[in-house]
Amino acid sequence: MKRFFLAFLFTGSLATAMAQSAQYTDAMTKQTSELDSSGTFTADGLQQKANTFERIADAEKSQWLPYYYAAYAQVMQALILQDKSQIDPLADRAEGNLDKAEALSPKNSEIACIRSLIATARLTVDPMTRGMKYGPEAAALLEQAAEFNPENPRIYMLRGQSLLFTPEQWGGSKSKAKTTLELALQKFAAFKPESSIAPHWGEPYTRKLLEQSQK
Amino acid sequence: MSNINRYLCLFIFTPLFSLAQNKISGKVTDTKKRPLPGVNIAVKGSYDGATTAADGSFSFTTTATGDQLLSATLTNYQTLELKINTAAGEQLNIVLKNAVNALRVVTISAGSFEASDDKKGTVLKPLDIVTTAGAGADIANAIKTLPGAQQTNDREGLFVRGGTGYETQTLIDGMLVRNPFYSSLPDIPGRGRFSPFLFKGTTFSSGGYSAQYGQGLSSALILESIDLPERSSSSVGVSVIGVSAGLDNLSKDKKTSYGIETDYTNLSPYFNIVKPKNSPNLGPEIIGTSVNFRRKTSRTGMLKFYGYGNWTKMGFNSNSLEYPGYTESFKLHNNNVYTNLTYRENIGHDWHLYIGASFSSNTDNIDADTLLKNPAPSLIKVRSDLSQTRVMFYKNLGRFSVLRLGGEYQYAEERSAFNENKANFTDNYTAAFAEGDIYFTPSFVGRVGGRAEYSSVLGEMNFAPRVSLAYKMNNFSQFSVAYGDYYQKPEPQYIRFSRNLGYMKATHYILSYQRVAMDYTFRTEIFYKKYTDLVKTTPAYNNNGSGYAQGIELFWRDRKTFKNVDYWVSYSYLDTKRDYLNYPFRVQPDFAANHTASIVYKHFLPKLSTNLGLTYSFATGRPYYNPNQPTDKFMSDRTMTYNSVGVSASYLTSIRKAFTIFVLSVSNVLGNKQVFGYHYSTDGMRRDEVVPNVPRFIYLGMFMNFGIDRRQDVINNL
Repeated sequence: MKRFFLAFLFTGSLATAMAQSAQYTDAMTKQTSELDSSGTFTADGLQQKANTFERIADAEKSQWLPYYYAAYAQVMQALILQDKSQIDPLADRAEGNLDKAEALSPKNSEIACIRSLIATARLTVDPMTRGMKYGPEAAALLEQAAEFNPENPRIYMLRGQSLLFTPEQWGGSKSKAKTTLELALQKFAAFKPESSIAPHWGEPYTRKLLEQSQK
Repeated sequence: MSNINRYLCLFIFTPLFSLAQNKISGKVTDTKKRPLPGVNIAVKGSYDGATTAADGSFSFTTTATGDQLLSATLTNYQTLELKINTAAGEQLNIVLKNAVNALRVVTISAGSFEASDDKKGTVLKPLDIVTTAGAGADIANAIKTLPGAQQTNDREGLFVRGGTGYETQTLIDGMLVRNPFYSSLPDIPGRGRFSPFLFKGTTFSSGGYSAQYGQGLSSALILESIDLPERSSSSVGVSVIGVSAGLDNLSKDKKTSYGIETDYTNLSPYFNIVKPKNSPNLGPEIIGTSVNFRRKTSRTGMLKFYGYGNWTKMGFNSNSLEYPGYTESFKLHNNNVYTNLTYRENIGHDWHLYIGASFSSNTDNIDADTLLKNPAPSLIKVRSDLSQTRVMFYKNLGRFSVLRLGGEYQYAEERSAFNENKANFTDNYTAAFAEGDIYFTPSFVGRVGGRAEYSSVLGEMNFAPRVSLAYKMNNFSQFSVAYGDYYQKPEPQYIRFSRNLGYMKATHYILSYQRVAMDYTFRTEIFYKKYTDLVKTTPAYNNNGSGYAQGIELFWRDRKTFKNVDYWVSYSYLDTKRDYLNYPFRVQPDFAANHTASIVYKHFLPKLSTNLGLTYSFATGRPYYNPNQPTDKFMSDRTMTYNSVGVSASYLTSIRKAFTIFVLSVSNVLGNKQVFGYHYSTDGMRRDEVVPNVPRFIYLGMFMNFGIDRRQDVINNL
């Protein structure tokens, strides 16, 4: 009887552990799939998502992904905000989340990509005076991301985006943007996310950018 | 078996408990009862929570039961945690307090214009200092577009609030620069020696500055050099007046860098075409070079070395006033060396250490026949050497308050010779200072400090108390007041001939208001400055001079109203009189204008990839000495008003792999006549206008950079 009880206890605790992880996976699957929908891409929608991911991150504490997604939602919010005075505080908060994510998952190519986006967001506050500092920083972070994992398609998407939107005299080029974005699409086709909740965003956006580069 | 039953019960019922749903709702406001949207409400340790809506309300259900911790988080506010009972079902009223962040903390601002990227909410960025048309990449020229500085363009230096150029001190990384300007010829001012791109921060203080610095009666120009460059790069430049090349190397680990720059300037081909008022008889030719070495010695430690060497020769012929029809020659050979070594480190327990050492040497050899042809042409040789060391300890107290303690020692050797007559002296100068920035609240700060100095050549000690207060009313607006005593040694040319002189003294009183938002800045200051113990040269050298300066200044900058346009307007009203040198009584001095104004306009045309800049400066006429007037009308004549319009255009492109920029800039584009004063012949019968040697200067250049994109620098150079 005792043996039966012990076995029961083990199965039970295992089940609880599984349940928790299932709760995490379920919540993350739901939240990340909502993140992919265009309806979320408003300042308010992204703020809600960032808050939700921060709640999950703080409850879990040992998962880098919720911190990563919180930062992702925050930097996207910063990039679509009209009020430029809000960008730096958001960028600070996103960087705080990435610091925590990086402590859990060092040398992570995806995290470096978001850091590059943060540098870009900070640049947009005042391009004339900040361009000198944050332009090269954004590029250097993408180089770092490529060092960690050259197969990450988001690196090439962000490089292509930067080539597309930088004036030609400043080193931008539509034709170079086009080849880089095409490379990004190849990388997307080959890219296998580690799990259903691992970063996988950007392919439709890359296609949109590619269209623009062909105009 | 009963035991097992109990356990079984537990396992069966636990999930049931967690399925119980409790509703939690409420509203979040700030301390002034305004609703706060976007607040992250969370039940700690669970995923449950919500984001507040536009009216601050929130509502969600949670499976957590019993007593729980609820947290409310919002950027710029202090996170609040409160204990709740999930079953209570009450409406929660949550009030969040403002977090104290750098943006909200008041800083001392009376009297100073700070250009820095490090701190948010500064009036100017470092690049703004140099993106000023007509300034010609000269820090001092750009600063002349700010309130407080005079348009005194016939002599070098910054003339601030009724002070002379000598009353402004230049400091690099806390170390005094003895000769910040190129040696000048009569009526032709020397430019600043240092490239604006060496510096990450510039503070122009037009009064009331910190006890850390001394020996400037009026003003301090505090320059902070950059740490490490972003990347390695090299550059070349060609222009109508010369060539330059540079190399900057950053090590792989990004902890060490070195750089070398060299330039050669020769104005004689240009002067062959434009024909200046006084024709050159030597050069003008300048060879300059600089080296730097920077090393990050630890996470908090930084070691910097900067060395600069410069060789200048120039000379001009001018028409003699004394002997009409004859020409007089004035030739100058200048050698200048400046080195600066500083080290900063965090030495633990919140104490920081700063050590600096510098050496400079400046030699002017002047060959002039401006006086009588007989006996002989005059040969003047002036050499000044300065060695200095400086140590400062500072400690952070609490979150914002800082205590600074430090001392410095300077050894100066001033040698001069007029033909065979020599007049040399040396001075040992020692100073100690203590200063505290005390935050009573994050929005109310007081800076209290004092400085004690001793100079061996004057044989005198002084003590200068300084106090400032600043109060921030909201995120944008603040009031500041400042008071301080400032002492300065008389200029070497007077100490040379009299050892009975003491310090000159000025006392500053400043009241300032500023409103700094993201895209605009408004600032106004009222000041009163009292001068005592100024040097008089008659009847014998003495310290009986005195004077005052008072005025009001306005500054407005707007980067928002017009797209791709950034402009600022500054205005200074100055009322000043002084009795010094050979003045018979108190009068407005010949370097001071009552009204000074500047408009700086910058326009970027993205489609053409071109930057346009325009600077307009205005000043009312300055007094000048007319020997034909009776003594009671001393300095009562005024020159014509000063008007100057400078324009610049720069075009950015790429040539092969090098980022390239073409630059065209024209000073005084409208050709306004500018008269700074008059020279009279000894008998007062003839006079000569003091005007710019070249009324309009046209500059065309091309700069290429390999590696880091520094074109923005070059645009900013205009």
